[in-house]
Amino acid sequence: MDLTGKKVTLHDMCLRDGMHPKQHQITVDQMVTIAKAMDEAGIPLIEVTHGDGLGGASVNYGFPAASDEEYLTAVCKEMKNARVSALLLPGIGTVDHLKMAVDCGISTIRIATHCTEADVSEQHLTMAAKYDDLDTVGFLMMAHMIEAEELVTQLKMMEDFGANCVYITDSAGYMLPDHVTSRVALARAELRPETELGFHGHHNMALGIANSLAAVEAGANRIDGSLAGLGAGAGNTPLEIFIAVCDRMGVETGVDLFKAMDVAEDLIVPLMDDMVRVDRDSLTLGYAGVYSSFLLFAKRSAEKYGLSSRDILVELGRRRTVGGQEDMIEDLALDMAKARGGN
Amino acid sequence: MSKKVKAAIIGPGNIGTDLLVKAMRSAYIEPVWMVGVVPESPGLARASELGLKITADGVDGMLPTMQEDGVQICFDATSAYVHAENSRKVNQLGAVMIDLTPAAIGPFCVPTVNLAEAVSAQAMNVNMVTCGGQATIPMVAAVSRVQAVDYGEIVATVSSKSAGPGTRKNIDEFTRTTASGIEKVGGAKNGKAIIIINPAEPPLLMRDTIHCLTVDEPDQEAITKSIHEMITEVQKYVPGYTLKNGPVFDGKRVSIYMEVEGLGDFLPKYAGNLDIMTAAGLRTAEMYAEEILAGRFVPTAA
Repeated sequence: MDLTGKKVTLHDMCLRDGMHPKQHQITVDQMVTIAKAMDEAGIPLIEVTHGDGLGGASVNYGFPAASDEEYLTAVCKEMKNARVSALLLPGIGTVDHLKMAVDCGISTIRIATHCTEADVSEQHLTMAAKYDDLDTVGFLMMAHMIEAEELVTQLKMMEDFGANCVYITDSAGYMLPDHVTSRVALARAELRPETELGFHGHHNMALGIANSLAAVEAGANRIDGSLAGLGAGAGNTPLEIFIAVCDRMGVETGVDLFKAMDVAEDLIVPLMDDMVRVDRDSLTLGYAGVYSSFLLFAKRSAEKYGLSSRDILVELGRRRTVGGQEDMIEDLALDMAKARGGN
Repeated sequence: MSKKVKAAIIGPGNIGTDLLVKAMRSAYIEPVWMVGVVPESPGLARASELGLKITADGVDGMLPTMQEDGVQICFDATSAYVHAENSRKVNQLGAVMIDLTPAAIGPFCVPTVNLAEAVSAQAMNVNMVTCGGQATIPMVAAVSRVQAVDYGEIVATVSSKSAGPGTRKNIDEFTRTTASGIEKVGGAKNGKAIIIINPAEPPLLMRDTIHCLTVDEPDQEAITKSIHEMITEVQKYVPGYTLKNGPVFDGKRVSIYMEVEGLGDFLPKYAGNLDIMTAAGLRTAEMYAEEILAGRFVPTAA
């Protein structure tokens, strides 16, 4: 694989996707400290939101340590070079949240929908595109669930609504490098040349790096990852490793590798409640194609109802659940406990 | 056959047509007009076959003969954007408007919770909240009538095929209107609504999760009893309204897991979300009709 001379924009997920393993309890101070260190290391774009995006504070997904407004306000004003992004899932957050985040100083808004449902993002992308300097991104989740042609149709819809960048998102960490290559290559060929293309991976099958490289080779120029991999499931593409690989392959990231390593080791790892890694449950997410943030919910329900979290996750995959259906997990666990004859 | 109140349905799409099929069975409502805007609409053709007068000129096409035709109740199954204008026009000619769009210009109405109130207030426009609201607000109310609810949150999961273009284009209306209904009708101090669209095949039945956070420790026995009673009430017009699991009590959290199967009149059974809207709309109209037939209410020009 020859990627020499390619340029990619790296986007760190610790302070948004990393909220999942932290049960949304990262404090404002921790966010500011981490974001400043990332800025210092040259990471150009940092996502800061509740794990489930703006407006995610809920019984269903968990109440965070602080509001999106508090996190965003505190982080945005401390950034020297880095820009800050926020995520929004229509159906959870609304355009009111979008306006609030813009007022807090974000430069990028990412509107996320399930891969077949891009049309629910029209309201939000259209509004975002009206802001002059707002980087407007469409983000198609669980992209492994449909074939490349259908995925591209959905990406183009987001492009038409006003996205200047669209993402192929492997929310379940299910994709193999070939899946990434075929989807990214077709998207690159079919989208407008000026539209940026991104890839967001999860490391559930330990393919975060390989898949991100495949994405870059096929034409993606934005790559999501998180330092030390802090993210849902087995985490996101471990960013400091990806930076090291990019350095070796001659891909320009603009990030200082050693500084990035230090942030990962000195700030992110100590923050982890449990080591974020590929283990039996997170591997099951990738293997069964399950939304990564279901992990802790399945573990908790398994414990509460005396079930196997792996069984719960496999069943969630079989039922083709999509992102946001966290409420399904306790319901399913109750069904499984009933079927087993207990409780 | 007893006398019925004549009604018009505005919007010959899936919702309007399903409503028509249900209304044809009603003992109180006689649908006489179907109003559309597209001449070649299959919904208009179907209504015409069933003996209704039709127009493709919108509400304006019905207005000249509306009073002559005896229309006293109108259902709006179009969109929030045109609803206010439709409502103003039919109200002027003395017909009550039952709003199935998320426009919410009139008071919210959830039949099992506050229909009697809305009818006795003789409001000329009532709003049916949203599909998610109809499916979940009765449960929030079932808890809040036992004890104070600080926070009510609902998650409505609907099949991709049952989420129409109107819902998709304006999904924020769903979350805002439903959240407001959870507070105003459900009785929760603060409300939040989440909607998830799932494209699985075969399409999944509408699922609804209701989480309430009570102010004090929940009275498990009283809440459980209240929930079961409320479900029986809703089942009178939506037989497929089913408690799947719960109530689960966890500290001050009360969680209720519901499934809604539609009657399958015109819409498929999985579209319980749409069925519960048309059923609630019709139930509301019937209650108005009873008042009108009994001479207790004479709808008059607003």
